[in-house]
Parts: sequence; structure tokens; C-alpha cells
Amino acid sequence: MSHLSDIKLKIWRQAGPDQQGRFETYLVPSISDEASFLEMLDVLNEQLIHEGREPVVFDHDCREGICGTCSLMIDGQAHGPQRGTATCQLHMRKFQSGAEIVIEPWRASAFPIIKDLMVDRAAFDRIVEAGGFITAETGGAPDANLIPIPKPVADAAMDAAACIGCGACVAACPNGAANLFTAAKVAHLNLLPQGQAERFKRVEAMVETMDEYFGSCTNHGECEAACPKEISIDVIALMHQDYRKAKFQNRKSLSRT
Amino acid sequence: MAQTLQPAQRRGPVTGTATATSKRRKKFFLLDLYGTAVGKKYVMAITGIAMMGFVLAHMIGNLKMYLGESDLNGYAEFLTRLGYPLAPENAVLWILRAGLIASLALHLHAAYSLTMMNRHARAVKYQSARDYQIANFASRTMRLTGLLVLTFLVWHLLDFTFGPTNTLGEGTFDRKDVYDNVVRSFERVPVSAFYILANLALGVHLYHGAWSIFQSLGWNNPRFNQWRRAFATAFAAIVVVGNVSFPVAVLAGVVG
Repeated sequence: MSHLSDIKLKIWRQAGPDQQGRFETYLVPSISDEASFLEMLDVLNEQLIHEGREPVVFDHDCREGICGTCSLMIDGQAHGPQRGTATCQLHMRKFQSGAEIVIEPWRASAFPIIKDLMVDRAAFDRIVEAGGFITAETGGAPDANLIPIPKPVADAAMDAAACIGCGACVAACPNGAANLFTAAKVAHLNLLPQGQAERFKRVEAMVETMDEYFGSCTNHGECEAACPKEISIDVIALMHQDYRKAKFQNRKSLSRT
Repeated sequence: MAQTLQPAQRRGPVTGTATATSKRRKKFFLLDLYGTAVGKKYVMAITGIAMMGFVLAHMIGNLKMYLGESDLNGYAEFLTRLGYPLAPENAVLWILRAGLIASLALHLHAAYSLTMMNRHARAVKYQSARDYQIANFASRTMRLTGLLVLTFLVWHLLDFTFGPTNTLGEGTFDRKDVYDNVVRSFERVPVSAFYILANLALGVHLYHGAWSIFQSLGWNNPRFNQWRRAFATAFAAIVVVGNVSFPVAVLAGVVG
């Protein structure tokens, strides 16, 4: 185990949602290379508290890459320079002694800053509320394999369902679009037999809710590169396809109410 | 510098939510589709395909200049009589032109409104430098290359369709004498340079656009996914090489 020394941090500080923010520079004199990025921030906060200064507010929870709470734009990349991981799985061994690391919050109009590096990602909840569920009869658990699902289909649905809703796709997108998030949520249900009944209603509702908050997809592919679960932009094509089908079916007009 | 959450609520309550049924009149489904970003991308892609068809056909048609003056002028004459005698002269040509003008107008409108939407989606920009991983030069400059091609289009029409910039006051412009017009225009080095630059911009635009079509239209299939990039590269290369060869041939004295 070795130590990194003199890590210079340029961190975005903002006292509240409507306050003026600015970058401030801090120095972490020594940190273990086995420390995670968030542990490094913990060390910095201990130091700030000790000095009687306000600690840096940032989102974190499980710290094992499964909850989607941590965020951070690190050196211009969502979740930092390591592919396929969330910020909590990034370790200081990725950096050099004396490095200057710039940390910014996610930037999107739909993700208002709460404080410092913490943003409100409730717009994602609005999208999921619109259709990211199956209206199932409750009751006893069905028998295993009652509904046959081919293995490749189950795998594709599982790949989409791996989305942890962290918002890196929106943060990384030059347009602030949430197509990868929405498409992942649409795909994991629309690929499975259980999702078929509400397939078209779901995609219409979710796409139109997404439209109220986020930008549009211009196929840069930055979201896929930033995604800690490496979800492919193929799901976006699937969503576009289902949205077109939904409009042509025009099921909204089937009922007279 | 506040990032505040203000949903636009332009489309009213969405289906599947517990909100009361909208009292809005139901729009015609194509207009309803165009109302969302996903729908606008469909319009971008479909009008893009129409215009791609045009640039390819235009380039192939212009290759006639290598066969000589009578071939090129004869081809221009043939275009006015497309579909003749079933349709009157110029009729089919004008139908095709109307389609292209409509495609261009829709492509521009969709691009403008999507750009505005994207600006609103990130009202406060990143305050530090971004480090892009996948986004390439072509995808990042679609707006710039598009505007460059649009500017070129205006010049191109003035040069070969309407004529004022072709002769620049000297002599008279005869639209039917395509071969002479081309040679006269391209013998001016700055004109040829602008023409080449605009066609390189078109190539960059097509390199991202022709690939992007597949995603926007939801044409995604493991069977052909690996060919999408190759298709876009080849299409852009063929159009650029063909078009750039014309001013080069005139300047090199091969044509004229």
C-alpha cells in the first residue's frame, strides 16, 4: 500500500439552489491509493470540519455501485475516468500524486442543485411514475417458469434493467437528454412478456414525460460511455421504434373517454 | 446561477398517469408525433434520407461532364422532360423539387426546435472543461456543417440556376448551357475552394447523419448493426470524392 500526496481538488461550492456557485480549491496532503474517491472526499470533509469550515455536500449511499446515488463530474467525465463504474467504485490509484482534480455537479435544468455537488434527480421519478411499472394482479407468487422467456430475451431485458438511475447519461450528454435512462426503463419491461399489455401506453407516457424535462438525443453516444452499467444505446433505438408503433396504433383514441 | 426544475407542461397530462383526462382536442397523430423530440428526430431522419438520395443522384448525374459538353447538356435537358410524355414537361422535376424544398424546410425547423430544446435542457453549462469519450468531430459540429452546406446551397443556386454570380455582370447567363457555366464558374480559384470546403462539410455532416438515421428511426438489428458505420463512411466518401473531383478537373484542365 502506498500513498498519494498533494492532491489538489477544485470543487464546485454552492450554498443553495438559487445561490451563486463557484469553484474552490482544497489540498489533500496525503491519501492512500486504496482509498475510494468518496473516501478521499470524506477525508477532506474531516479536515474541513476540524478547521471549522463547511464540509462539501455530495450524494452517496451504498458505495458498491448498485444504488445509483453517487454522482460527480470528475475531470469532465461523469463518474470519473474509469469505464463501467460509478464514482464510489473509482479509487485513488487511478490518479497521480500532485494531480489537480476538478469536481462539478451534474448539470441539467431537470437536475437542480440542492447544495454543492448534490442535485435533485426527481425528474427521473416522474418518468418512471408515468409508465415504468407493470400493473400486475397481486396474489400468490406464480410458479417458476410459468411464463416461458427465451434466454437471449431475458438477458437483453436484464442488461437494460441494470440501470441504477444515477443520471450519468444526462450529465454526460451534450444535449442534457435522458434517452438512455428512459429507454433502459422502457426496454426492460417491453422486452418481457409481462410488459406487453402496457407496452405502447408505457412508451408514449414515458417519452412524453421525458420531453417535459430533458433535451433530445443526437446520437453522440456519450451516455453509453458514461453509464456505470454500460447500457448500450441500442435500447434507445428500441424506444424510438416502440414510440413510432405506439403513435401509429393510436391506442389513446381507442377509448372514448 | 440556479438550475430550477420547471416542467414545460406543453403536452398536458400523459396517458397512464392518474391525472384527469385531458380535455384537449386530439391532434392528428403525425402532428402529435412531431410534437415530441423523438418524433422530430424521425422527421430529421426521413427528410435526411430524401436529401441524401438527392445529393447522390446529383453527383452521379454531374459525372456526365467527363463525357463531354453534349452529354452534360443533354442530361440537363432530359431532367426537364422526366416522365414525359406521360406527364407534361417540367412537371415531375417540379414535384421532386417541391419534395426537396419541403424536406429542407422540415429538416431546418426540426433542427432549430431541437437545438432550442437542448439549450433549455442545460441552461447552466459545465463550468469546467468536458472530456468527451465517444462524441466525434462530426457529431459535435452538425450545426456548423449544416449551416455551411445551407450557405453553399444559396450560392450554388445563384451560380447555376439563377446565374447572377456565375457571370458576375459580364456576359449573359444561359441556364441550358450547363457545361459552359460549370467551366466558367470553377475556373475562378476562390469559387472552387469554397465549393470544395462546402463539400467536405457535407461529407462530415453525412458521416454522422447517415449513421444517426438508424438510431433515430429505431432501425437496430444485430444482423446489420456492424454495417451502419461503414455505410455512413462509404456514402459520405462517395459523395465527397465525386463532387470534389469536378472543380479539380476544371482547374486541372481535364474538363473545359
